[in-house]
Amino acid sequence: MDWGNIVSNSFEAFIGRDAVIYALAAIGLNVHFGYTGLLNFGQAAFLAVAAYGLAISVNIAGLGFWTGIAMGLAGAVVLALLLGVPTLRLRADYLAIVTIAASEVIRLIFRSASLHQYTGGSNGLTAFANGFYRYNPYPNGSYGFWRIGFNEDEMWYLTVGWALIVVFSLLVWLLMRSPWGRVLKAIREDEEAVRSLGKNVVAYKMQSLILGGVLGCFGGFIFAIASQSVQPDLYGPPLTFFAYAVLILGGAARVMGPILGAMIFWLLLAFSDNVLSQAVRDNLVPHWFMTGTQVGQVRFMLVGLALMLLMVYRPQGILGDRREIALDAR
Amino acid sequence: MRRPARAVLLGLIALFLVVLGLDAAPALAQDAGVQGTLVNKGKPVQGVEIGVTTKGGKPVGTATTDATGHWEVKVPGAGDYKITLRDDTLPEGVGLRFPDRKTLTVPVFEGGQPRVVLFPLGKSTRHVQSTFDRGLQLTVEGIQFGLIIAMAAIGLSLIFGTTGLVNFAHGELITLGGLICYWFNVIAGIQLVGAAVITVVVCGLLGWLQDSVLWKQLRRKGTGLVAMLVVSIGLSIVLRYFYLYLFGGSTRSYAQYQAQEGISIGPVDIPPKGLFSIVISVTVLVLVGLALLKTRFGKATRAVSDNPALAAASGINVESVIRLVWIAGGALAGLGGILLGMAQQVSFQMGFQLLLLVFAAVILGGLGTAFGALVGSLVVGIFVQVSTLVVAPELKNVGALLLLIVILLFRPQGILGRAERVG
Repeated sequence: MDWGNIVSNSFEAFIGRDAVIYALAAIGLNVHFGYTGLLNFGQAAFLAVAAYGLAISVNIAGLGFWTGIAMGLAGAVVLALLLGVPTLRLRADYLAIVTIAASEVIRLIFRSASLHQYTGGSNGLTAFANGFYRYNPYPNGSYGFWRIGFNEDEMWYLTVGWALIVVFSLLVWLLMRSPWGRVLKAIREDEEAVRSLGKNVVAYKMQSLILGGVLGCFGGFIFAIASQSVQPDLYGPPLTFFAYAVLILGGAARVMGPILGAMIFWLLLAFSDNVLSQAVRDNLVPHWFMTGTQVGQVRFMLVGLALMLLMVYRPQGILGDRREIALDAR
Repeated sequence: MRRPARAVLLGLIALFLVVLGLDAAPALAQDAGVQGTLVNKGKPVQGVEIGVTTKGGKPVGTATTDATGHWEVKVPGAGDYKITLRDDTLPEGVGLRFPDRKTLTVPVFEGGQPRVVLFPLGKSTRHVQSTFDRGLQLTVEGIQFGLIIAMAAIGLSLIFGTTGLVNFAHGELITLGGLICYWFNVIAGIQLVGAAVITVVVCGLLGWLQDSVLWKQLRRKGTGLVAMLVVSIGLSIVLRYFYLYLFGGSTRSYAQYQAQEGISIGPVDIPPKGLFSIVISVTVLVLVGLALLKTRFGKATRAVSDNPALAAASGINVESVIRLVWIAGGALAGLGGILLGMAQQVSFQMGFQLLLLVFAAVILGGLGTAFGALVGSLVVGIFVQVSTLVVAPELKNVGALLLLIVILLFRPQGILGRAERVG
């Protein structure tokens, strides 16, 4: 059991690519679920649309990098409108079902063989991130200490990612202290009361859906840029559920919640993954009980179990306030 | 249930799940190679030479078709290979369907079965159906599919109506039926019909177990409905990956009724197991419908599903109605899983893949009504299958979602739902 390796891998996950992606996705989800009480179970669709918007614009249509980013953002806005128009007048459960269905359908469309020439089918697309790495100021080499090391490309997207997280968190904090943010929180608590005060509830919910979608879609950009590829199966329901686990763990309706949740979530996941893999490799775990490939599945089971236990025993997560949680809708 | 009995039940379930896991055998690797069978007008063609060279032209091997028309050539490793049919070795009167395609270039991958290469001979004998005939065929398939969806949808709709829970783990109840039947059928060796009956009973029990261990405790605790929704999502993740853990990622079939020739009824071609599936589904659904309409308990279920508080106020035992709904919901979903496993194959996510359509069906028909779920399921099933006339097959579920969105725009309570405020 190489504990040095385990600890260094866990620390790299603590601040690394996945933490950044899920923190961004959870910041968007926080605006939806934490502050407005919208049950958006299709956050993966926003990330997919952003990532594919960038990839298709640059790879297939040959446009520039910044145009690709703009297309991805436009796609996220359009998606928010398409999801919101039929469902925002209805109950929370309907939004949940429609968003889950929409996210699956978007994944199927990107995956479909008949649209292969536009989307790359189930293989996905690559070769669209050069425009980003061209701006990389870090000289070649490894950055870190002890066994923890990131190369210059990783340092660049991690820097950009964390900078975005700071800026967006500040933005969310300022917005939620404003009158607009107060209306959102009121909608979460009691829609009827807000409607009786003369506010256009549907319009506010739509604005929240769009804002959260745009903030979250940057997670898709970072995901695409960091792995330099987009593949449809990576943007499925597991991504949304992990984002929810991150948000609820850190504390919904708290500015630091998504960030803390993402870092701790990936630290724990990397730690357990590494420990189990090494234990299996060193034959500390009998093979009929668990093989190497099953370690990944155990990871998912633990996430599901954690989500269940969190919702029942501590729905406010680490930083949240029990009174502010949007969990009593019917 | 008394404590020792509960412990024994849980112990039995744990035991069979472990035994199910012992079956997770790895796939055997095969040599890389290419193979094929030459057939002309249904009869095998013997004595034809097939040559295999690498992409650069270096010869790898040749084979001659045997009495069954079969040929096979081993290749040294993965890569692209050129396969040539020597048409001067074809017998009199037999020719390639596409004479300019006597050399094909195919990629061969490591492991797995030898790659099949097809050289079509003789005139095309494909019987092309008219669009109307195809539409009819797809409608019948849609009805079969819709009835399977209905099994799960009725349970989901009634669970929502009586408890308010949108059960995202319902797909896993369907998969459970498919997997348990697989275990009884393939591993324990019981014939499919018997295995199916036992499975339905076990699934009903597991449905009751899920309610009494988890949902009843949460209801008693006063957990909000949104929290329970997220808990059901967490449960679905745990169960699905648990199934993956035990069953493995491959799809498998039941021991009986695997490949069947279709029976022709007019222009429609349907295998006997398809007819069987339709008949069973219709019978069960008619029985459920009669039970809901005629029996006292059925009336109580409809009452609780409509308005639990009012039903409780009029003296109905809501908890026992909920218990019944979970047992029936579990059993019906299990039966749906068995029928789905017969129609397609058994896999760890067969239920989850169906869940989207089940939700569409339930909302389309009206969340909370059993008959609405039935109508919605048939509409979704037929729509999804018939849409493949114009849409690529892998996109057919998209149609169901579009239908769902349209219904939510114009009639959010669904076809049979009451026109109450849904917002």
